[in-house]
Amino acid sequence: MEEKSIFSVISPIMAGPSSSHTAGAVRLGLMARNIYNNEFKKVKFVLYNSFATTGFGHGTDKGLLAGVLGYSVDNSSIKNIFKEVNGVEYSYDYVQDISRHPNSVDIIFDNCMTISGDSIGAGEIRINKINGFDSNINGKYDTLMLMYKDKPGMISHVSEIIQIEGVNIASLHCDRASKGGQATMYIALDLPIDIGVVEKVKQIEDVFFVTYIRKLK
Amino acid sequence: MNILSFDDLLKLCEKENKSIYEIAQENEANMAECSVSKVRFKTFENLKAMKDAVKNGLKSNEKSISNWCGDDCDRVQKSFQNRDSLFGKVFENIIVYSLATAEENLRMGRIVACPTAGSCGIVPSVIISVSEEKNISEEIQIDALITAGIIGLIISNKVQLAGAVAGCQAECGVASAMAAGSVVQMLGGTPKQIIEAVTLALKNILGLTCDPVCGLVEVPCIKRNSFLGVHAVTAAELALSGVKSKIPADEVVDTLKITGQLMSPLLKETAQGGLSKTKTAIELENKLFKNN
Ligand code: SF4
Repeated sequence: MEEKSIFSVISPIMAGPSSSHTAGAVRLGLMARNIYNNEFKKVKFVLYNSFATTGFGHGTDKGLLAGVLGYSVDNSSIKNIFKEVNGVEYSYDYVQDISRHPNSVDIIFDNCMTISGDSIGAGEIRINKINGFDSNINGKYDTLMLMYKDKPGMISHVSEIIQIEGVNIASLHCDRASKGGQATMYIALDLPIDIGVVEKVKQIEDVFFVTYIRKLK
Repeated sequence: MNILSFDDLLKLCEKENKSIYEIAQENEANMAECSVSKVRFKTFENLKAMKDAVKNGLKSNEKSISNWCGDDCDRVQKSFQNRDSLFGKVFENIIVYSLATAEENLRMGRIVACPTAGSCGIVPSVIISVSEEKNISEEIQIDALITAGIIGLIISNKVQLAGAVAGCQAECGVASAMAAGSVVQMLGGTPKQIIEAVTLALKNILGLTCDPVCGLVEVPCIKRNSFLGVHAVTAAELALSGVKSKIPADEVVDTLKITGQLMSPLLKETAQGGLSKTKTAIELENKLFKNN
């Protein structure tokens, strides 16, 4: 059994009113921001199920937007976020789909990256798809994500680069479209890595996208 | 070390001749690999955020997004100023501070989830009111909040503290038990009396459902914070007087869990039953959706 902290019952310090629908929404936004890791002009949110029906009254819409703009969960100006955004175009869609988690969202940046995640209770979140590829990011670890052409030896090649840095790998997760097709790899790390490591991974042949996703505070 | 039951906690206190908060803060420091003073500082930060939320809530009567709630704290404060309530200052303040916090929460203000956002008004209102009344130092308030933390933690090791899992027993009910223990700590009670207060508080909220109107943390959640703040002091006073529960704490926690399992899903945060399906609730819901 995982040891729990007394601060799992006292905290988070957060902007209300709901840990799942507000704090969770902000954290999903923040995580998506860390993943996209780029300036953006346009962001679209597709809210599912309970996020869609009760999100309005819980400020889920505001929380998501505040998150992608980098506001922390305890920022009390989240409620005024619509007045504070400037230069970013944002929109919302509301969908019922029982195949999705009750508190679920797709966050789409500049029509080019779609990040899907769930708010799984008590402000905890999980990012489970990025551009359609399975992922498993909970914001608790710094994570290296790469997209590459599936081929043998890739895992050992990447993990070797990380090992040389002396950083322990907490978990590793791969998914691919087809054998030899596009694949993704997520490596959760126990310690932060140097930007040089990211550069080295980028140099590997057939790796076409690498991003280093910082954990949530 | 994971302290899994109140029985284990009591045995540890007796064996090491320590109070509950001492055991809790040492345990936390060990687990987080930090010093006890760091744990206390983090607790202090939460306490401070709780006090700020009360302060902000007392000043505001801004309505919630739904426009249903947000002005009761103001209403009750004024009323208490203008007439003699049956309550003394402590209970009056518990009511006012809990409303202040819960209303601050629903207008998207900054609060401390304790254990959840819906039940965020209970522990702060009780700790602040009692410490004002009895002139209790900040250090002892920190002891009290750490005591509340370990109480919630032990319960949460058995049952997830979410209305969707075990109804409001697990949110406002548990908050009330946490607050009850913190009062006994502040008034110098023994570890046994603290656990007794927890037991009495929990025993008397068993079966509390979660049926918020339209799924929003407003009706009945806000006012429920006041009721369960008062409830916590009742439990603490009984325990301090030497009253003992016939059923021990851990068995009551098990009962809470089982009661939660027996509870229909309609009454567990789905807004499909209870108050949320009354004629008036449905009307409120229809209006809300039409306007937005
Ligand atoms: S009724 Fe439900 S939503 Fe409201 S405070 Fe209780 S558990 Fe939370």
